[in-house]
Amino acid sequence: MNKHLFDYCLALGDDSLILGQRLCEWSGHAPTIEVDLSLSNLALDLIGQATLFLGYAGEIEGKGRDADKLAFHRDAEQFRNCLVVEQPNGDFGQTMARQLIYSSYQLALLERLVESADTRIAEIAAKAVKEVRYHVELASDWVIRLGAGTEESHARMSEGMDFFWRYYDDLFATDESERALIAEGIAADKQLVREEASATIHATLDKAGIAFPELPWQIGGGRTGRHTEHLSLILAEMQVLPRAHPEASW
Amino acid sequence: MYTTELDGGKDRKVATLATEDPELIATFEARVANDEFIEPKDWMPEAYRRTLTRQISQHAHSEIVGMLPEGNWLTRAPSLKRKAILLAKVQDEGGHGLYLYCAAETLGTSRDELIEALHTGKAKYSTIFNYPSLNWADIGAIGWLVDGAAIMNQVPLQRTSYGPYARAMVRVCKEESFHQRQGYDLLLELMKGTPAQQAMVQDAMNRWWWPSLMMFGPPDDNSPNSAQSIRWRIKRETNDELRQKFVDATVPQAELLGIAVPDPNLKWNEERGHYDFGEIDWEEFYAVVRGEGPTAKERMKARRAAWDDGAWVREAADAYEARQSTRRSAA
Amino acid sequence: MSKDWPLWEVFIRARGGLEHRHAGSVHAPDAEMALHHARDTYTRRMEGVSLWVVKSADVVASDPEQAGELFEPAVSKIYRHPTFYDLPDAVKHM
Repeated sequence: MNKHLFDYCLALGDDSLILGQRLCEWSGHAPTIEVDLSLSNLALDLIGQATLFLGYAGEIEGKGRDADKLAFHRDAEQFRNCLVVEQPNGDFGQTMARQLIYSSYQLALLERLVESADTRIAEIAAKAVKEVRYHVELASDWVIRLGAGTEESHARMSEGMDFFWRYYDDLFATDESERALIAEGIAADKQLVREEASATIHATLDKAGIAFPELPWQIGGGRTGRHTEHLSLILAEMQVLPRAHPEASW
Repeated sequence: MYTTELDGGKDRKVATLATEDPELIATFEARVANDEFIEPKDWMPEAYRRTLTRQISQHAHSEIVGMLPEGNWLTRAPSLKRKAILLAKVQDEGGHGLYLYCAAETLGTSRDELIEALHTGKAKYSTIFNYPSLNWADIGAIGWLVDGAAIMNQVPLQRTSYGPYARAMVRVCKEESFHQRQGYDLLLELMKGTPAQQAMVQDAMNRWWWPSLMMFGPPDDNSPNSAQSIRWRIKRETNDELRQKFVDATVPQAELLGIAVPDPNLKWNEERGHYDFGEIDWEEFYAVVRGEGPTAKERMKARRAAWDDGAWVREAADAYEARQSTRRSAA
Repeated sequence: MSKDWPLWEVFIRARGGLEHRHAGSVHAPDAEMALHHARDTYTRRMEGVSLWVVKSADVVASDPEQAGELFEPAVSKIYRHPTFYDLPDAVKHM
């Protein structure tokens, strides 16, 4: 089995899965019904991506694990999502901050993965990139309106962005395994991804009247299974039924 | 739909038809009798406008509140496919609420006022959404039974007299059959599974069957507004007619699933050509209508919180647009 | 209580070659958001190639009471209707 490729696809799938799961929590609770629909559209896109990436990962592994087995029967230490996506929703400002940061990263990444030497990854990326372009637009539009709205919304939006800066480097962390894939033209160079993502975020924050700060002390480890307190709680909820009925199909 | 029965006919403030121009009334009634559509700018009796506003907005409230018992299991959906399906379904319901609020607004009441009416308890929503979703099979039962009952009501409303309502119903109906099918499919899968899964299904059926029958509203002899609603084509069939239709269609589906209907008095009546079924607990029904249903407080709390907690977001968007618009006119 | 976002009417062209059709309405604070909301509400089943949003307040409508003056003259100009012309069989399908 190509372990590098397996790990890489897990990371791609886990990012989408955990972020999609977080967005599910908003259902029925958003500021307007229209926003509720927007958030569930994002969630639907992400769950779809997760299904494709994790499904492919399972094939690469070759041990008979499909997307569901991988999603519902791994423990927190085996997840390879970045730390940004597992953070709580907080208020709508915090959710949009998370979306702006993650989607800017994801768009820059996918635009490169469309050219991946691995045809499956390229195909999945080609489909996802259209979705994520919209995610970035939606998040930016909201960050701008909240940042440049009222005093209260500006304060909340700034605080929202503030919550995530400690996890920024983690998004772009690259290890030996990934470097090997980059050399083969399969994975994307995360330095270049970082430049583009940061530019996108900068541009939006400018219009929102929020500063892109000096980064604080960075907390990392997502890609190697070292997560925050949130992930095990997310999984406890997400995995409860399949774990309680391991032989059941749904 | 059924929710207008829930106001108990206490509508004292409605301008009576007697104070309106009899010629206008006659033309209006003739148009409705002729199967024509009434559009927003057409003349209509005040009572028609009020009844419709209440019926459409309560239908909208039902869709929105209905997102909650299902949304409850979204984060615990046991497979990626089921999670996606449930997301789409709940999203559809939000969308239906939107179509309906917009239709109600064409009658002259703002979305804010409609939502305030819901949050203060002045407006009702379908009783069914006051029940809790306790296991995964409930999600299937809600799709199969609750959406099934809703479809029975909504299909005839596609030709209701008020244009925007009819068009909203056409859109809703197109999307609704997916809802019922996914619910039934979910239950079929469980019934093919482990004893624990099968037990979930029977348990869900035991809890949702009677409340689903109650969705059709009070018995005909206790529905004073029915006749006028039928004449105005706001209602196409009576509560009891629809309820009977529902039982007749659904019992065979339960048999196919391999579960029991929790009604010892359920029996096929060869003479009538329909199922006879047991007496509904009307005490429970009216208690739920009064706002004493099992999860009534939780549902309202959740909706009020979403609205109130979101106020700063809506205000921010308004403030932003106000500033942009000033900039545009200055340019 | 915050005030309502304005109402926008949504028009969708489902496929190239077709005209935009009225799909319904959405509430949104401004034009960009109206497009987002229209997309999220009305194109969930891939039903659109092109979206228009127009502030409901900007729609100018004919008065239904004047339907007579506006539309009857057209009805009586029957030569506009293809059925008026009795063509020979050979070209009947024109």
